[in-house]
Amino acid sequence: MTRTLAALIPLLPLAGWIANGLWGGRLGRRAVAVIACGTVGAASVAAALLFWRVETAPGALSRVDLYRWFGAGTVQVAFRLLVDPLSIAMALVVCGVGFLIHVYSVGYMDEDPGFARYFAYLNLFMAAMLTLVLAGNLVVMFIGWEGVGLCSYLLIAFWFTRPAAAAAGVKAFLVTRLGDVGFLLGIFLAFGLFGTTDFTVMTQEAARRLALGGGAATALALLLFAGAVGKSAQLPLYVWLPDAMEGPTPVSALIHAATMVTAGVYMIVRLHAVFLRAPFAMDLVAAVGAITAIFAAACALVEPDLKRVLAYSTISQLGYMFLAVGVGAFGAGIFHLTSHAFFKALLFLAAGSVMHALHGETDMRHMGGLARRLPRTAGAFAIGALALAGIPPLSGFFSKDLILAEAFRAHIWLWVVGVAGAGLTSIYIVRAFALTFLGGSMRNLGEGAHDPPPVMDAPMRLLAGLTVVGGALGWSFTHPGVLERFLQPVIAEGATLVPRGGSGAGEAALVAASLLIAVAGIAVSWRMYVRRTLRLGSPWLSNLLRHQFYVETVYAAVVVGPARALARTAAAADRSVIDAAVVGVARSIGRAGQSLRGLQTGYLTHYAAFILIGAILLLVFWVSR
Amino acid sequence: MAVPPLAHLMLSALLFTLGMIGVLVRRSALIVFMSIELMLNAVNLSLVTFARVRGNVDGQVLVFFVLVVAAVEVVVGLAIIVNIYRSRQTVDIDDVDLLRG
Amino acid sequence: MAILLFVVVACLALAGGVGVIASRRPVHSALALLLVLGSLAVDYLLLDAQFIAVLQVIIYAGAIVVLFIFIIMLLHVRSGEDPRIQAVLSPVAGALLCGVFGLAVLVVLSHAAESPASVGEQFGTVQMVGRALFSRYLLPFEAASIVLLVGMIGAVALGRRLSDEAPDRGRPIPAPEER
Repeated sequence: MTRTLAALIPLLPLAGWIANGLWGGRLGRRAVAVIACGTVGAASVAAALLFWRVETAPGALSRVDLYRWFGAGTVQVAFRLLVDPLSIAMALVVCGVGFLIHVYSVGYMDEDPGFARYFAYLNLFMAAMLTLVLAGNLVVMFIGWEGVGLCSYLLIAFWFTRPAAAAAGVKAFLVTRLGDVGFLLGIFLAFGLFGTTDFTVMTQEAARRLALGGGAATALALLLFAGAVGKSAQLPLYVWLPDAMEGPTPVSALIHAATMVTAGVYMIVRLHAVFLRAPFAMDLVAAVGAITAIFAAACALVEPDLKRVLAYSTISQLGYMFLAVGVGAFGAGIFHLTSHAFFKALLFLAAGSVMHALHGETDMRHMGGLARRLPRTAGAFAIGALALAGIPPLSGFFSKDLILAEAFRAHIWLWVVGVAGAGLTSIYIVRAFALTFLGGSMRNLGEGAHDPPPVMDAPMRLLAGLTVVGGALGWSFTHPGVLERFLQPVIAEGATLVPRGGSGAGEAALVAASLLIAVAGIAVSWRMYVRRTLRLGSPWLSNLLRHQFYVETVYAAVVVGPARALARTAAAADRSVIDAAVVGVARSIGRAGQSLRGLQTGYLTHYAAFILIGAILLLVFWVSR
Repeated sequence: MAVPPLAHLMLSALLFTLGMIGVLVRRSALIVFMSIELMLNAVNLSLVTFARVRGNVDGQVLVFFVLVVAAVEVVVGLAIIVNIYRSRQTVDIDDVDLLRG
Repeated sequence: MAILLFVVVACLALAGGVGVIASRRPVHSALALLLVLGSLAVDYLLLDAQFIAVLQVIIYAGAIVVLFIFIIMLLHVRSGEDPRIQAVLSPVAGALLCGVFGLAVLVVLSHAAESPASVGEQFGTVQMVGRALFSRYLLPFEAASIVLLVGMIGAVALGRRLSDEAPDRGRPIPAPEER
């Protein structure tokens, strides 16, 4: 039973991909939508059933071997799925949010000629992501890892006739590929260290085989982290995510907010046993997460494009998740992953409604006063914004402050950076809200604008509801929350537990401090962008932020330029050397044939003379013997 | 005293050479053909000589067959020459170069 | 006696050979060829090849040369060579080549020349050759008859005049009347 359910979860969307991919053009929009949403919905039901089974039999791990894939000597790799609280929690998040976004897409992509192709790709993405989440060993996870990378490319470059979209897709694929190289090397190293990449084996054997702080553990952790850096858009491999906003907005909501980019966090939590044996790597993870969080928040402050603001916001929030797992708060990391999935998807869907109403406009400088025309959308965005800023009782408050508390316990400067980032977060998200929805309405851009139809509206409402109540998953800072208790069997194994539950007063002080900063940020932003009474002018700083600290320029000069030059050289060499050799051989044979033509004069006398010469040579040869 | 076989062979070689010169130098198809016949006869002579030297009549049997084949060859070849003359009004073999490569 | 006869025959044969290749008119060449054939027939007699000698006269001199004469008459051929047009192969080069070849042949043959074996009276007679033809060489004999048949058919087929044949001009040659 478990086996069937577990297998069905990734297989159902896969079937949806095949059906819509092969026959979508002929089926008609209604059928395509039903197939696409239906498969994901069915997968959600299967996930829920599996959750029920795991709940009623706690501590039960199920390894589902679908088939023996390949093996060489002692290394045997099976296509194995792992059903445990962590994977089920992730699967529920992916399926749930994915289903809502599928429904939303039916309305959003309604007039697009590539309707069937879109849903085929989206289903394929779901299949790959679910494979990743349910994977039982690193190799199967890598299949899902690469699969989501591929679908990300396909969906970012969905409108591939647009050069910007095509370039963004390629950029996303190549940058994440860089990280994937590290990931692959990590897989090889894991094979070398453990003889297998099976998660249960790795978790149980980590303490035994890996010396604490030793080179092997650190190397393995760093290599795997490299993959996470690429996939989850951390410094320095984040550059693809803002450009990825060229794709349809539901794609941004699903892939680049809620699911794919969280794969890195999930992977670290899954292999926490390994990471805990490499304190240096953990510190690096936390540092990268913290720096990314504040860096991206700073970049979002001056970004004029609404979706790009949300992209930077995602990068920043992912930084918080890495900060959490870097200090060992795995449960907090997953909690923030879940609540972030809710409110970020909500924010993206609201942004999508805005774009849908304005026929594709995303530049906030051309927006304003939309709250009057799109009240429901504005409300949804507001809820998401408050959750992002960390205002109670929304879920974002609980998850973010849990992370900050854990960070404080680890290193104080991590907490400082985190809180500063939180402040910037409030500023930029209120800025976005103000520029879009408040203020005087734009000239004629908002004329036909209206709130989205129910098919788009209902998912937003559901996500808003989840954002509001999601805090229930972990509302206490002193006792483990619902989610954390659920994940406990997984996290406890192979880890030496850091006892939580500090003094209630200390916790309260921290919470109060971060809440104060968040509210201060909202106030500052309000005065800056709504009342326009505050102005911060510093052209140097503004330029720095506008160009994202010139990271992209450095990349272009150091990486892209030489790579293009190398490609040009290689192409020229290919043309002049290899092609010339091949064609040259052909041509020289042709020329030889041409010159041999001269022998065929057509004159009988010549032919007779040739025969005579040959006969003379033969005779001379005989005579000489 | 009998004629030494070498003498016959020398005659045969000379006749063969003369015939070959005719093939290469003359341009009239008929003359070339006659030169070829000259060459064939030279070979016949050497065959008969060797038959006599070895005391074996097989050489003469071979000459018999050469004769037969030469006859057929002349017939067919002359028919071809007639055809060429009909289509091109010439028997100059240098004119028939259509098989040029 | 035999040697004298041989010398005469050889001179006649060589003269005829030169005549074949050097004559200006085809009819002269044909007659020179006839001379060669006749001389060789006598030479065959010197070599105890009576049957072959007779065949030579009947087939070669009697049929093939006649055929040549017929064709010469049919085609109104003069010499077929216009001295104004250059030959594709220089005659000197051709002659030189053949000279070399002839020398080589001579060298080869001279190694093979031994003193003649002693033969009986029956050597070279019709009976002896015939016996060989109908016993050991029966298959080639039958094949030869088929070759003759095919040659006959071929000659008849080739000699037919097709009604819609258009003459295809080759290299421009001056009209016969201008010569």
